[in-house]
Amino acid sequence: MSTPGQSPLALAERVRAGDRSGVAQALNLVDDGRAARRAEALDLLDALEGEATGRRIGITGAPGAGKSTLLDALATRLCSLGRSVAILAIDPSSRKSGGALLGDRFRMGASARDSGVFFRSLAARDQLGGLSEVTGASLDVLAAAFDTVFVETVGVGQSEAGIVDLVETLVFVAQPAAGDLVQFMKAGILEWPDVFFVNKSDLSELAGRTASELRAGIELGRPDASGERPPVLCGSARDGIGIDALIEAIDGHHASLARSEAGPRRRAAGRLARIRTALAIRYGTRGLARLIAQASLERQVDAHPGRSVERIIDRLSARIEAGWAGTDAGAET
Amino acid sequence: MSSSPPKPPAQPTTAPNDATGPAPGGGARRESPWLFRTYSGHSSARASNALYRSNLAKGQTGLSVAFDLPTQTGYDSDHPLARGEVGKVGVPICHIDDMALLFEDIPLEQMNTSMTINATAAWLLALYVATAERQGGAPAKLRGTTQNDIIKEYLSRGTFVFPPEASMRLTSEIVAYTVEHVPHWNPINICSYHLQEAGATPVQEIAFSMANAISLLDHLRDSGAVSERDLAKVFGRISFFLNAGIRFVEEMCKCRAMTTLWEQIGRERYGIRDEKALRLRYGVQVNSLGLTEAQPENNIVRIALEALGVTLSQRARARSLQLPAWNEALGLPRPWDQQLSLRTQQILAYETDLLEYDDLFDGSRVVEEKTRALGLAAREELERVLAMGGAVAAVENAYMKQRLVESHTARLRAIESGELTVVGVNAYRESVESPLVQAGSSAILKVDASAERAQIESLQAFRNRRSSAAVTAALRQLEDAIQAGKNIMPPSIEAAKAGVTTGEWTTVLRRVFGEYRAPTGVAASASVQPSAEDARVRERVDVLSKRLGRRLKLLVGKPGLDGHSNGAEQIAVKARDAGMEVVYDGIRLTPEEIVQSARDEGVHVVGLSILSGSHGVLVVDVVERMRAAGLGDVPVVVGGIIPPDDALALEKAGVRRVYTPKDFDLARIMNEIVDVVAEANAAA
Repeated sequence: MSTPGQSPLALAERVRAGDRSGVAQALNLVDDGRAARRAEALDLLDALEGEATGRRIGITGAPGAGKSTLLDALATRLCSLGRSVAILAIDPSSRKSGGALLGDRFRMGASARDSGVFFRSLAARDQLGGLSEVTGASLDVLAAAFDTVFVETVGVGQSEAGIVDLVETLVFVAQPAAGDLVQFMKAGILEWPDVFFVNKSDLSELAGRTASELRAGIELGRPDASGERPPVLCGSARDGIGIDALIEAIDGHHASLARSEAGPRRRAAGRLARIRTALAIRYGTRGLARLIAQASLERQVDAHPGRSVERIIDRLSARIEAGWAGTDAGAET
Repeated sequence: MSSSPPKPPAQPTTAPNDATGPAPGGGARRESPWLFRTYSGHSSARASNALYRSNLAKGQTGLSVAFDLPTQTGYDSDHPLARGEVGKVGVPICHIDDMALLFEDIPLEQMNTSMTINATAAWLLALYVATAERQGGAPAKLRGTTQNDIIKEYLSRGTFVFPPEASMRLTSEIVAYTVEHVPHWNPINICSYHLQEAGATPVQEIAFSMANAISLLDHLRDSGAVSERDLAKVFGRISFFLNAGIRFVEEMCKCRAMTTLWEQIGRERYGIRDEKALRLRYGVQVNSLGLTEAQPENNIVRIALEALGVTLSQRARARSLQLPAWNEALGLPRPWDQQLSLRTQQILAYETDLLEYDDLFDGSRVVEEKTRALGLAAREELERVLAMGGAVAAVENAYMKQRLVESHTARLRAIESGELTVVGVNAYRESVESPLVQAGSSAILKVDASAERAQIESLQAFRNRRSSAAVTAALRQLEDAIQAGKNIMPPSIEAAKAGVTTGEWTTVLRRVFGEYRAPTGVAASASVQPSAEDARVRERVDVLSKRLGRRLKLLVGKPGLDGHSNGAEQIAVKARDAGMEVVYDGIRLTPEEIVQSARDEGVHVVGLSILSGSHGVLVVDVVERMRAAGLGDVPVVVGGIIPPDDALALEKAGVRRVYTPKDFDLARIMNEIVDVVAEANAAA
């Protein structure tokens, strides 16, 4: 589980080298609620800051859409192309008891396991939308160790908004069904994803209809976009159809981010949103308001260059708790 | 023999229940009894053949073949996944020479053989037909049953291989083939047996098995696999395999209700008129779920009463019966234990006056009321399943599985609370020492560890002596036939004759159809109202989780090929309700996969479940690999059918707790998991 006495810097070194035991221990550490371990976790995350260059891809969609099968196919294919892959599955099944059944590993096919995909499941715990703060920190660890990191969430609506802050590309998996468009639009799903994949396209002409409904919905839902529309693909994860096209679309999105300002802008916005959300959950909107009354959140975040998101969250938390009034946002130690 | 029983029927293998003969006392007519079988097979074809011949000599009238797990899941004995499993829960059959040896000096033309085989049913039937031909027999004269019921494999037994669609195709091709070429064969035995073992109530048992039969019949009719004219023939050849628990009055009513419902379905849904075809035909293996490890001799009485339940009503009497052994919860039964089960049947059939009367319950208000109530409730549940698209849909959306997991949870809860009395387990536990089990682990059969090696050597010798050109050609023809949508039986029989192995045949099908993982039904299963004890466990989990820094995380998985996942699922659900985060890794895992999972997931404890008897090899392997992966501080606990000597050996190898069927108190197990994790993290 953990090797006591191991320094965070040594652990960071193991993570960067892709040592799986090291990655597993690092994930345990960033999930650890004890104060002494939190300090180590922040040292670890700081050491990895700027090195977490792996691509982060979100996979979301309603239950039963075939996300696990799709991930299995995607991950297997990427491994065969020589990329190292990790999957973080967020399980929503947490109960009042605090317990959860994390069944995703079972639903994942055997092929991804055989290909050596690293797989960690996380219980959604108490946070609305299925993402807990630890998701972001876990991704920071995984992206330092693997070329491609998938994060899978179940959900419609709320969770897409949360996950979009954590990833560079968000894939929405839909299943063929007539008349779901209204539901999609209501839930606000069409605003966020960068790629749409209509799965189970062996289910006759329904898939084509769902795809064109989605395209029409995207036109309506994103009036401001500069002409660039997210691709809507059809395929069947079970039969391995459309997987290469999906990888191409994801790579295409990555390339378009890389050659424009959009990439860094999105990353910065994502970091900011993570910090804002975490603080709002810890202290409520009032606590947050008290903090940004001093200076904009951007400025306060910018005052901690080279620091991990989690470190900044804790620093700003300390400020809120101390009730500081000064505008000395640059109090870097 | 000093006193021979009343003369058994001269030809016990034909038309049981239909023939009649004079009673020994003269006067009253006496029906001929059902077929007596014993589910058996182990180690090797040669050892199993000796066992079958000795059972037949003792008055058994039919055979029931148990295959080992590699054979059931389509692996040759030397495949890596077969390690530790060869010859354990049944006989390994890799090729036609194995099959021929299994039935040496048993003329198949005169035998009635039931084969518990599902995913690879077409292959084992092909080997059986080829063996009969080698004996000089005619396939048209063969009698017997292939279980061939894949739906319940997804729900309970876990030896599925292919996705539902492909499985449905295989099943219906076996049906279509046998109706034409092996007309006395029962091509499918729809099993409610395993549903009860998985926790089904009588209503669920009736409803889900009927839904299963309907999905098959609809498929046969709609796909054109059989003609409208042959549908009545097919309907008449479908048989059922039921379970019978200790509530034997209700069980008898269940059989009567099923008889009525089946006839209604035949008339209403399929327009069958032939009275004989409409009659429900079923075999029974009585309950293993209720057999106890504590005071195991009590099981002798349970088994006899359960046998009575399915033979008592003449109108709904089983056609064949196999009884488990009294010591099944301790380990593999010995020949003597199986003999006792056979004698139980013989006493019931030949000593008692059971077979001298017409139906005892016709006109009984109580029985008819109970039967009607069960039938109505089952019909309602059946309609619900049909409305969601039938049995296949209700497997894929996990509806049936969830209901079973819930029923099973409720049953275990009732035993824990004492609401359901189990003598010797939660009541009347004081006991003098049993002379039957004083011998310790010698009171069970131990499969010779050298059996696996011998089987692999014989397989390799077989591969060397066959014609590889003939094998290649046969496999190509098999694949072509499948791709072209032709019936799989003829090329499979040719492949059997050419010397193709079980693993090779299944590899072709795996390539064409792909493999399937069935939903577990665990994640969505509802929690039950926690008891006071549960609340205490939950608090301990909370406290320990705080100390650990993370919520207590448990990995549950089944190493090896054994697919009986009910126990593992109950532990997973209970642990979730106790506040643990549970990674449920499911069935058919290699030790490597389990260790990889434990590491990636960062669990605090690993729980393994294994019922196939291969714990000695696989569990020790997991423990050693954990240590090698630097996870030596993560404790491992094990549950399964594990004899005391083996349990000691496992503990010596580093396993922290070993649970057996007598450990029905899940709250206690949860408490001990907390203890084990607390001990392992004492320094934390």
